[in-house]
Amino acid sequence: MRFIQEYRDGELVRRIANKANELLERLGREVKIMEVCGTHTMSVARHGLKGLFRGNLDLISGPGCPVCVTPDSGFSLVFQAAEAGKTVITFGDMMRVPLNGRSLLTLRSEGLDIRVMYSPYDALKMAEEEPGKEFVMAGIGFETTSPLFASIILQCRRRGINNLRLINLFKTMPPALDMLLQAEDLEIDGLILPGHVSTIIGVKPYVKLVEKYGVPAVVTGFEPVDIVESVRMILQQLVEKRSMVENEYTRTVRYEGNVKAVRLMHEVFKPVDSEWRGLGVIGGSGLALREEFKFFDAVKEYGLKPVETVKPKGCLCGEVVRGSRKPVECSLYKRVCRPDNPVGPCMVSSEGTCAAYYYAGL
Amino acid sequence: MGGKIIMEHGAGGRLMHELIRVIAGRLNTHRRGVDKAVFKTPRGRVAFTTDSFVMKPPVVNGCDIGMLSVNGTVNDLVTMGAKPEYLSLSLIIEEGLAENFLMRIIGSVGDAAKRAGVKIVTGDVKVVEKGGCDKIFINTSGVGRVYPNIRVSTLNAKPGDAVIVTGSVGDHGAAVLAARGEFQLETNVSSDCAPLASILETLVRRRTILHTLIDPTRGGLATSLNEVAESSGVIIEVEEEKVPIKEGVSSLCEILGIDPLYLGCEGRLIIFTPLRYAEETVKALRRLEVSRDACVIGRVSGRSKTGEVRLLTRVGGVRSLPMLHGIPLPRIC
Repeated sequence: MRFIQEYRDGELVRRIANKANELLERLGREVKIMEVCGTHTMSVARHGLKGLFRGNLDLISGPGCPVCVTPDSGFSLVFQAAEAGKTVITFGDMMRVPLNGRSLLTLRSEGLDIRVMYSPYDALKMAEEEPGKEFVMAGIGFETTSPLFASIILQCRRRGINNLRLINLFKTMPPALDMLLQAEDLEIDGLILPGHVSTIIGVKPYVKLVEKYGVPAVVTGFEPVDIVESVRMILQQLVEKRSMVENEYTRTVRYEGNVKAVRLMHEVFKPVDSEWRGLGVIGGSGLALREEFKFFDAVKEYGLKPVETVKPKGCLCGEVVRGSRKPVECSLYKRVCRPDNPVGPCMVSSEGTCAAYYYAGL
Repeated sequence: MGGKIIMEHGAGGRLMHELIRVIAGRLNTHRRGVDKAVFKTPRGRVAFTTDSFVMKPPVVNGCDIGMLSVNGTVNDLVTMGAKPEYLSLSLIIEEGLAENFLMRIIGSVGDAAKRAGVKIVTGDVKVVEKGGCDKIFINTSGVGRVYPNIRVSTLNAKPGDAVIVTGSVGDHGAAVLAARGEFQLETNVSSDCAPLASILETLVRRRTILHTLIDPTRGGLATSLNEVAESSGVIIEVEEEKVPIKEGVSSLCEILGIDPLYLGCEGRLIIFTPLRYAEETVKALRRLEVSRDACVIGRVSGRSKTGEVRLLTRVGGVRSLPMLHGIPLPRIC
C-alpha cells in the first residue's frame, strides 16, 4: 500500500520522536497537545504512540468524534423516526449508542427497519429502489460528511425522489475549537488539527483562531509518522515562541480545501447554533437546511420531538469530549462501560476516546 | 437474561462467550466441553465436535458454505489434537433454492471431505418456507481419534512458548466483506478456507511438543489469543511486524476502518510450542502447501491471572490487544 506503509516506518517514527523528545527537554515544562480528531486518537492508541514520548507530553483527545458530540436529544430523534415506522438509514457507528437502556441494535431486533449504510449514496439507492417506503437518514458528522449529504439532497430534488428525508445533526469544527481554546481550565498548548475535515475546509479557517489565541496548530494525517511529526512541529513552534497554522498533511490537504465540496455544503445548508455533548450550545456550529430544502427535514415533516433522556449516573462522556477528563478517571470505565456494553457514546464509536483507550488497554 | 438476542451474541466476542456460558450452565455442562469434547474409549481418546454454518453470501472468492462446513468441523477436531475421521451433514434449505446451486454446494462438500480425508457417514435434509432461513444453513458434527501422545488445550500455553501462525490472517473475513458487495470495492482477496489435518499429522510425526492449538475463526487472531491467554493465565506478546497480512486484506481493512487482527480465518492454525522447537517447526510447516507462509509471531512472556495479549507495534509502541467486542462496525469519516 503506497502512502501508508511509508508512514508506518518504525525507524523514521523513532527518529522523529527522538527529536520531539529533545524539544520537550528544552521546553522543560508540561506540554498539553489536543488531537482534535477521533481518528487521531484511535491511531495514537492503535500504534502505541504515547509510549514514544518521554517527559511531560500530555496528549488529550478533543471533540472530533461525530457520534460522541451528538447530544442524547439528537439520538432520540433517530430512535423516534424508527419507532414511527420509518426506515432509518445510519452509519454503523450509531447502532450501539445507548439511550434510556436501548439502542438501534435492540430496536432492530424488535423488528424495526434500521439499515446500515456505508455511504450516503446507499441511502439514495434504497429510496429509489423502494419507492413505497419512507426513508430517514441520520445525518451525523462534520464537514467531511455534510457535503456528501448535500449532494444526495440535490440529487433527490433533481430526480424527484421524495421518500428520503434527513435528521440533521451535522456540526462544523472551527466554532467548537474556538470554544475549547477559550476554556481556562484546559490550557491547550497546541492543536493537532483534523486531516479529513481539513481536506474539505482547507487550512484557512484555522488561521484566525491561531492568531486570536496564539496556539500552534498543525493539520495532520493519520499515520504514525504524521502524528509524531506533527507533535514535533508543534513543539518546534513552542520552542521558537511562534504560533501559526502549519500543514503536515500536504499529500491531501490544500490551503483552500475542496472548494467544490464547500460550495455544495453552503448551497444546501446554512450555519445555525447547535448543541454539543459536553460543550453545550455553540453559536454557528451546526448546519440547518436552507428554506428551499425544508422538504427534506424529517424532524419537521414527521413532527419528531426530542425525548427527555436520563443521563447515566457517573458517565463522564461530556467531560471526555471536552478533553477536561480522561476515560480512566471515569468510575464506569472498563468496570461497567465496555465496547459491548457502552454506557455513553464515547465507548461506542470507533473514533470515541473511551473506545480508543479501551482498545489500547489503558 | 430477559432481553432479546442481538446479532452480536453470535459475533465471536465477549457477548457470545457469555451466552455460551449461560447455556452451558443451564445444562450443567462444563464450559470447555461446549463445542469440543474428548472422551475415553477402550481404544483410545475420541474427539467430538459440532458446528453450524451460515454464510452471507453463501459463496465468496475461494470458499463456499459447503467447503466451509467440512473444513470448519475438521479444523475443530485438529485443534483437539485429533485426526478427523467421520462427519455428519445436516442441511436446512430455504424453499426456492435452485437445485443447481444446491448441487454445487454438495459438490464442494464432497471435494472438501476428500481433501481433508474424512468420510461423511450420516446426514439429514430439511426444507423451510421462504424466509425461514437464508438460502442454506449447514450443520456438521465430526469425530476423530486423538493422537496418543498429544495433549493440547487452550489451558496449556506456558511461559517460554513460541506462538506460530500457519499463514496470513484475516483472508476469509476480508473475502466475506468484499463479497457482500455493500462497499462496491474491487479487490482480489480470497478466502484461506482449507483443512488443517495435514499440519497436525506433520507435527505429530516430528514429535513436536505441542501445548495449544487454536484456529482463529470468528473474532480472528486477537480474539483467539485472548481466549488462550485467559484460559492459560498467561501474557502473550505479539510483534505486529511479524504477523503476516496480505496486501489486499490490509488495504480493504484500511478503507473500512477494520483491524485485520479481528477478521476470521478458516484455514489457519495458531500453534503454541516451546521456543526451542519453534524454528524447526516453522521450517517443516513451510514445506506443506497449506502452511507455506508459517512464521513465529510472538511468545508467551509470563503469567498473569486474568490473561493479557500485548501488541508490540511496528513503530516501537506497546498496546494491549483485547478480545473482540461485537461486530466490527465501519466508521463514519
